[in-house]
Amino acid sequence: MIKLIGLVPLFPLIGFLINGFFGKKISKGLSGIIASVSILASFILSVLIFVELNGSTEKSYIVNLFSWINSGTLVVPFELLVDPLSALFLLIITGIGFLIHVYSIGYMHDDEGFSRFFTYLNLFVFFMLLLVLGNNYLIMFVGWEGVGLCSYLLIGFWFKNTAYNNAARKAFVMNRIGDLGFLLGIILIFITFSSISYNEVFLKAGTVSTGRITCIALLLFVGAMGKSAQLPLYTWLPDAMAGPTPVSALIHAATMVTAGIYMIVRSNIFYSISEVASETVAIVGVITALFAATIGLFQNDIKKILAYSTVSQLGLMFLGLGVGAYSSSVFHVTTHAFFKALLFLGAGSVIHAMGGEQDIRKMGGLSSNIKITFVTMLIGTIAISGLPPFSGFFSKDEILAHAYEHSPVLWFFGQVTSMLTAFYMFRLLFLTFYGKFRGTHEQEHHLHESPASMTFPLIVLAILSVVGGLLGLPEFWHMPNWMSNNLDTVILRKNPSTMPHDTEWMLMGIAVLAAIATIYFAYIVYMQKKTLPLKENDKMPGFQKLVYNKYYVDELYNAVITKPLDVLSVAFHKFFDIQIIDGIVNGVGSAVKGIGSGVRLLQTGNIGFYVISMVIGIVFIVLVTFLI
Amino acid sequence: MINGISINYYLLLSAVLFIIGAVGVMARRNSIIIFMCIELMLNAVNLLLVAFSTLHNDASGQVFVFFIMAVAAAEVAVGLAILSMIYRNVKSIDTDLLSNLKN
Repeated sequence: MIKLIGLVPLFPLIGFLINGFFGKKISKGLSGIIASVSILASFILSVLIFVELNGSTEKSYIVNLFSWINSGTLVVPFELLVDPLSALFLLIITGIGFLIHVYSIGYMHDDEGFSRFFTYLNLFVFFMLLLVLGNNYLIMFVGWEGVGLCSYLLIGFWFKNTAYNNAARKAFVMNRIGDLGFLLGIILIFITFSSISYNEVFLKAGTVSTGRITCIALLLFVGAMGKSAQLPLYTWLPDAMAGPTPVSALIHAATMVTAGIYMIVRSNIFYSISEVASETVAIVGVITALFAATIGLFQNDIKKILAYSTVSQLGLMFLGLGVGAYSSSVFHVTTHAFFKALLFLGAGSVIHAMGGEQDIRKMGGLSSNIKITFVTMLIGTIAISGLPPFSGFFSKDEILAHAYEHSPVLWFFGQVTSMLTAFYMFRLLFLTFYGKFRGTHEQEHHLHESPASMTFPLIVLAILSVVGGLLGLPEFWHMPNWMSNNLDTVILRKNPSTMPHDTEWMLMGIAVLAAIATIYFAYIVYMQKKTLPLKENDKMPGFQKLVYNKYYVDELYNAVITKPLDVLSVAFHKFFDIQIIDGIVNGVGSAVKGIGSGVRLLQTGNIGFYVISMVIGIVFIVLVTFLI
Repeated sequence: MINGISINYYLLLSAVLFIIGAVGVMARRNSIIIFMCIELMLNAVNLLLVAFSTLHNDASGQVFVFFIMAVAAAEVAVGLAILSMIYRNVKSIDTDLLSNLKN
């Protein structure tokens, strides 16, 4: 069955081609079914492959599809790698991808770009599968760029809206910055190891200088910063919420943004060798986590809150990577994929019910109208807030425990982040589902539960969010931690935990108590005192204003980077382009014209003149030949 | 020496004939005169060829001359035909009037 791995990315590609070429000719229903079935086929195959891999003693299969690049010393076969890490990502991508395809059939039902939407979505899944399946950095890079393209296309899906187009462009440009780092990293890997296949590179990683490894690791991390929205390249992700909600769930929460995590886990040997690089990853991660979580506190757009929450959770995952807890980060990727996809789809369901309204100040009291959405979102919120026994608790706790082992300071900030997370998520929940309805009368009349195609994925994801924690029970509970055992062969250098059990119990206790206290605080503020977020023009206290405006990071980038670039471009245009480039081009033209009009006078049409010129010319040539 | 006359005289005569021909072509406007001048230049060259052929006792120069004469005769036939056609069209054989190719 593993030999058939090539089919897994092939199915979405076929779906993409069918929808791309014939999407306009076939009916909406058929188009959605083709897209979903192609992902379902991939999912079933992935499950079979996963089971077979689990049962086999050999943990890494390489399937060579064809020879791709063969140029001098650069030999790149098109090989797919099946190992526990890629198999797990296969399940996440195709499984959640399938649920979101089903959801989209309901969500996008009235959209005129229905088949175009599924075309892009299938293409995205294809590239994402390529990204995780490739057996060398180049295939990963192809997938990496491909998902970036699909992200761009889907953020700007409603391309008639200028703001959405700008958001798409912003995402693309921000990602390019990261991609450049990634590309340089790949080139440096090739120069250093004269190969870009994983197994060869990792085998030789111990033999080169640590400085070189640090360079490679940092360059790769720049790529991860762009794709996984870390400081300072995170600003595209909140803007990316311009895309349809299923896109936010699939691409900007569950799969694409975790590509950076996947890449670092795949290259974990570099980060284990280079202390500098892993420290950088941890620090950038924890700062991003804290930074984004504080911004999330005062946002009013339901999707923006979730977007900042995603940035923050990705920061936590990078914290885990930085402290060497690779399997914990993958665990968190998995559980986060469950509950964040759930939350986004739930938010989509709320927006659907509200007729397109995204501002939580205009919601309230929705719990009785959209019961399934409410219950599933409640589960998602509890899971992300880290209350046991929901999935988020286990994965977050594992990362924080490793962070504590590494440095209590990192743990402290991570803990604060998870408290902030609990606060803003319950704020979102209370403001949306409790209290009085604050929207218009028409919206209230319109409120309805979403169709079954939308609630079904919500229910499945809610179940996964509850039980997902079983994948990685804490080791000191004397339970098998499936996640870390499973990834054992992928993590090349391990530092086993030496923490005493009572410390772990203490950390866990602190985490649970802190989460409960924060939720209670949110309950007092938003349920008992019924505080409402301030209106757009109300005067805010200093700090709140700073946070509400996202620390003015966009404005800062605008002033520091965009504006000077603009000025410079205009200056270059006026001086260099118009004066020099245009000057040269126009100069050549007018010179030819001038010479032409001068020489034209020689062509008189007078035969006598021609003959005289000819004779003079011949005499001249003869003189030159014989006399000189 | 050819028949007691130095080769230099032949050369001089040939050069003079050629220059007369060339100047005639350049200076005159009557097509027939120009035509005759061209023949003059051809014959100047013929004279030179024959003179050197005799000097070196090599017959190939004279063979050339026969060829040139034959070709020149053909050329005269074609050239005069063209001239008569020009005259029919323009009612003149003045070359200055033949500037239709300009522009």
